Amino acid sequence: MNGITFIEYLIVGLMVVSAILAVEWRDLLAAAVGMAAVSLFASLLFFMLQAPDVAMTEAAIGAALSAAVFIFAIKRTQRFETEEEEKPGWWVRW
Amino acid sequence: MMKRLLAIILLLIVGYWLAQGLAGVPFGQDKMLVGQYYLDNVKQQTGAVNAVTAVVVNYRGFDTLGEVTVLFIASTGVGALLWKRKKKRSAKTEGSIVLTTGTRLLVPFVMLFGTYIFIHGHLTPGGGFPGGATIATAFLLLYLAFITYEIPHRGFEKTEGLAGMGYVLVGLIGLAIGGYFLFDWIWQTWNFGTENVGRLLSGGFIPIIYTIIGIKVGTELSGIIDGMIKEEVSE
Repeated sequence: MNGITFIEYLIVGLMVVSAILAVEWRDLLAAAVGMAAVSLFASLLFFMLQAPDVAMTEAAIGAALSAAVFIFAIKRTQRFETEEEEKPGWWVRW
Repeated sequence: MMKRLLAIILLLIVGYWLAQGLAGVPFGQDKMLVGQYYLDNVKQQTGAVNAVTAVVVNYRGFDTLGEVTVLFIASTGVGALLWKRKKKRSAKTEGSIVLTTGTRLLVPFVMLFGTYIFIHGHLTPGGGFPGGATIATAFLLLYLAFITYEIPHRGFEKTEGLAGMGYVLVGLIGLAIGGYFLFDWIWQTWNFGTENVGRLLSGGFIPIIYTIIGIKVGTELSGIIDGMIKEEVSE
């Protein structure tokens, strides 16, 4: 495995980890940060795959603007996911 | 727990199915049919050095018009959903002096770079959408640093509409001159810039359309930010 391949595997791994964390975290502000991290790694991956146009658009839209829009929405609603849906029994959760 | 387990099993099945489908596709090999045509003829036919923007604006201009329309509908939808008779900024704490001064210094550079991206769409990576998003980021920075900042609404919304109309107008001029919508009249009828391919004044109507799209996207995304950051005031 040479250097470029190693870096690509590293970026894909980090992207998967940040995607899992973005859906797992109950703090929605942290989840928005995880989503922005997914965008950042996707942008880096587009750049590694030699698509600079797509990489620039992904960085400008995904990392800056959509994260900002998510944070505005969180600011005007609530920051933490409630644990309400865990309370009913297992037959309801099905 | 059961729900999550079932979801993971289902996702694994779907993922295996997709991987099976993609396993037969060789990665990075020369299998282009239409792509080879684009790469061979892009300079003579459109005058652009950047093949991506030539395809997006020139060969497949309808897609770009559709994307611009989607963005316009999104902006209109945000405006309609969050419409209130009286809206104001609700921020209470002014940014620190480092933030405000840094914003004052940085905003012109960000705007200049966004303009650079969309003007040089036919030469360097980028184009209208990243350039417009960069300009909207500059406005986002202004909104975040100053508690009283607001974009000038009347001017912004008119500019947005005029830019959208300008795109359709360029296409309609092509219809009148060349016979079909979005015909590249500057390059193919006027032969403007045919001898200096690779310089700024070339590329047919790609720089013009990308300037229009950049202005449109920039004002539109700034409008969305403005709609989301303001809150209703009750009186």
